[in-house]
Amino acid sequence: MKTGIITKVAGPLVIAEGMRDANMFDVVRVSEQRLIGEIIEMHGDRASIQVYEETSGLGPGETVTSTGAPLSVELGPGLIGAIYDGIQRPLDEIMKVAGTNLKRGVDVPALNHNKKWHFKPAAKVGDKLIAGDVLGTVQETAAVLHKILVPNKVDGKIVKISEGDFTLDEPVAVIKTEKGNREIKMFTTWPVRAGRPYKKKLSPDILLTTGQRPIDTLFPLAKGGVAAVPGPFGSGKTVVQHQLAKWAAADIIVYIGCGERGNEMTDVLNEFPELKDPRTGNSLMERTVLIANTSDMPVAAREASIYTGITIAEYFRDMGYTVALMADSTSRWAEALREMSGRLEEMPGEEGYPAYLGSRLAQFYERAGRVLVNGTKDTEGALSVIGAVSPPGGDISEPVSQATLRIVKVFWGLDASLAYKRHFPAINWLTSYSLYTDQLTQWFSENAAPDFMALRGRLMALLQDESELQEIVNLVGMDALSAPDRLKLESARSIREDYLHQNAFDPTDTYTSLPKQVLMMRAILSFYDKALDALQKGANIELLVNMPVRERIGRFKYEPEEKVAGEFESIEVQLDSEIADVLERSDD
Amino acid sequence: MPKEYRTIREVAGPLMMISDVEDVKYDELGEIELPDGETRRCKVLEVDGSNALVQLFDSAAGINLADSKVRFLGRSMELPVSSDMLSRVFDGLGNPIDGGPALIPEKRLDVNGTPMNPAARNYPQEFIQTGISAIDGLNTLVRGQKLPIFSASGLPHAQLAAQIARQATVRGKDEQFAVVFAAMGITFEESDYFIQSFKETGAIDRTVMFVNLANDPAIERIATPKMALTAAEYLAFDLGMHVLVIMTDITNYADALREVSAARKEVPGRRGYPGYMYTDLATLYERAGRLRGKDGSITLIPILTMPEDDKTHPIPDLTGYITEGQIILSRELYRKSVTPPIDVLPSLSRLKDKGIGPDRTREDHAATMNQLFAAYARGKDARELMVILGEAALTDMDKKYAEFAEAFEKEYVSQGYDANRSIEETLDIGWQLLAILPRSELKRIKDDMLDKYYPKKD
Repeated sequence: MKTGIITKVAGPLVIAEGMRDANMFDVVRVSEQRLIGEIIEMHGDRASIQVYEETSGLGPGETVTSTGAPLSVELGPGLIGAIYDGIQRPLDEIMKVAGTNLKRGVDVPALNHNKKWHFKPAAKVGDKLIAGDVLGTVQETAAVLHKILVPNKVDGKIVKISEGDFTLDEPVAVIKTEKGNREIKMFTTWPVRAGRPYKKKLSPDILLTTGQRPIDTLFPLAKGGVAAVPGPFGSGKTVVQHQLAKWAAADIIVYIGCGERGNEMTDVLNEFPELKDPRTGNSLMERTVLIANTSDMPVAAREASIYTGITIAEYFRDMGYTVALMADSTSRWAEALREMSGRLEEMPGEEGYPAYLGSRLAQFYERAGRVLVNGTKDTEGALSVIGAVSPPGGDISEPVSQATLRIVKVFWGLDASLAYKRHFPAINWLTSYSLYTDQLTQWFSENAAPDFMALRGRLMALLQDESELQEIVNLVGMDALSAPDRLKLESARSIREDYLHQNAFDPTDTYTSLPKQVLMMRAILSFYDKALDALQKGANIELLVNMPVRERIGRFKYEPEEKVAGEFESIEVQLDSEIADVLERSDD
Repeated sequence: MPKEYRTIREVAGPLMMISDVEDVKYDELGEIELPDGETRRCKVLEVDGSNALVQLFDSAAGINLADSKVRFLGRSMELPVSSDMLSRVFDGLGNPIDGGPALIPEKRLDVNGTPMNPAARNYPQEFIQTGISAIDGLNTLVRGQKLPIFSASGLPHAQLAAQIARQATVRGKDEQFAVVFAAMGITFEESDYFIQSFKETGAIDRTVMFVNLANDPAIERIATPKMALTAAEYLAFDLGMHVLVIMTDITNYADALREVSAARKEVPGRRGYPGYMYTDLATLYERAGRLRGKDGSITLIPILTMPEDDKTHPIPDLTGYITEGQIILSRELYRKSVTPPIDVLPSLSRLKDKGIGPDRTREDHAATMNQLFAAYARGKDARELMVILGEAALTDMDKKYAEFAEAFEKEYVSQGYDANRSIEETLDIGWQLLAILPRSELKRIKDDMLDKYYPKKD
């Protein structure tokens, strides 16, 4: 055993001597309470250790024992629906052992090793498999078929495989490799700081549908893409993240609550089992893994939480699934990094953040992507990452936001002034962007509507024009505008209020399918086009903007999915007849 | 008998270095005995070999390096608790200062507490009626929420907080409640205002007070909120009471934190505040909540004064990122004699959505709330435009909105500190105001609600 002695304790940082034999990033057990820590620096015999639990009561002279292995997660059936802390300890199991509050030194395995899972082989004796191939499956929840893969660096012939009920510790197959027979169990472990291998990265050119109109239409995210949601407090970052976790067209959702509010995690735990996936009809909790390191939990575990989360996400990606990971909030992760860096007395970069902040963030986001996963067949898997950023004072010139923006391709900038007007999601349509629009053009024209990108372009143009016209109005008043400009302003207002404003708490409005998005855009633009045409024929602008059909266009979003096509037709009919009516009255 | 050390090497600001110590633990509580027999408390911030760095909870005045003795007590800071705490007044470190007898503790609790397991939390969703329309109607408070008041120097946050403490009830329930009040660095007058206000309503019998006034040692303030929250946790989760915790002023607490950090020569974050201030504040605020299988709850209302009325200052900023919303007071409204001067647009209650609706308040609550917000925002814009361009430049609709904004501030927000409105009254006032606007403008309210509630015009 590699055992050292503590010489210094300062908050979550412990320094121990006699650690020459330990490796960098080894997990260690600190003192007799066996608190979990990780070696983050070595100076000769002295190791600096970040401790993932509260260090109150530790002192010099106590022991530190290295486990000889890096911080790892257990991957296997039982992950789905679980809630873990930052280092994959199951919080619901801990509650059974330790009560309502978190105590130290509680040791509970991440996966339940007593439960029996029904294993169905997908290969037979004699098959030659390589790492990443599917050995068999376990129906983990109604929604998730958990594929048991041949572990990394193992290939050979199956000499034994059997269907039946097994616990995680019982072997389900034996593979004959060059180094002899290898028993395969249903779970594997993986160090969190190392990305899981894949064959090849692919270009992200498929949409990750989210059912959120401002996102899907204006600033779309591709499968395997990365997005950032920065915004001041109260601008709705968490609601955006929750909405994506609920409605994104992904097979698996990994939601990391990193240094955020405890009640938000409780909310997810309460709400997700009740909600249905619009595609499969199954409960949303049956595809979700939660990592909760709330703001009052030890800060070092917060640093680890996003790695724990993304490793679990990669594991499901390797099964060929589309995975979406939400990290709320990466700023809290960066702060944890800053706190440890300060305790290590490192030279600070900007605003006290360590100089390696940018590279760590980049390494994290780069683990996203659409890939061909390992294995004989060419199977695609995708991992999209959506990171919330909480810039101090909402000012994104700070280091975490800037380092994030250098990496991500989609930027949903949340705006406090929109939030005050209760325009949600408060995504600012003028400052946000998506760099995937070009790559997704073909996908949209094949899967949504041939002219989808053209419709989108017209919306964006109207919104852009509005902001310029609004400046004029603010200077000289509405009367100074020409009738076509008035109409433009009114149409842009309709885009904002009737299209971009989406109520997350309304049962219908919370999710909008792509076909409905197309019809909604068409309804708004068709009003603009026909009204403009009528203007040129001499129609009165006041009568046009006050047509009763506009109220119906405004309520179109509350129309249930199955009725939208009929409603659209009927709106069009009413629009035509009211315009004809207006033209008649304007002639008088 | 714990070992005594006469090896104080250094005293600098709130920090003290003691050498040649043995078996001292991180976060351990220590006691300094001065030559004249007076004792003061301190806690260990860092142990490095045989050196211990401690932080004083008292002034360093009178500490003599040669003659003062230090003992380490083998435990972290604790608060003796018992149900007799109600109606008592303590100093910032938990010693009685009301002249009453010493407390006979039922148990002693570590003031640092332990984090709540997120899986064990119960989601706060019981509507608390404060009787204040701007809160009940638009920024609804629920049991177990942490909702700070962002104020600024010279604004009446004390009146508002006292009004909430006086009027807050959960309707249809008659349960044991208690108030825990923590004063950090506020003036005697402000603290006395709260005490008088609790006395008038008789709430004083159910109140525990921890008082650190402006002339008490600043460093003591670091312990005060922890004392208060520990008492609150005992009352809520051991005795099953519903506890309202009012803490004022967080800005003074944060400044004390900065003082210690600066003395330790730590790399500062923004404006000199320590980089871990978010975590530190979170370990306070997150102690509010409800737990599964426990009857009680902790609802937390911290009050902070924003330096220069600046919401992006680190103290309000970090607080806003942790708490479940904020009530913001506005100087502009205060000048217009709107009382309470709550600026509803930037105010927010994150937990309102689960606390309102058919079973909790009324079916039209959510929709009218959104409509009022949107209409007031537009009305304010219109009013600004009117100032620049004159009334003639506004469309008829914008004039209506401007009229709405005026009426909204006067009738909805400005209700005075004595009015206690039921939620139905609040909602009905909301409808009266919305009736200023034509029905077709109310896009956020569904038709069936409009049919039922939109006031008919004769």
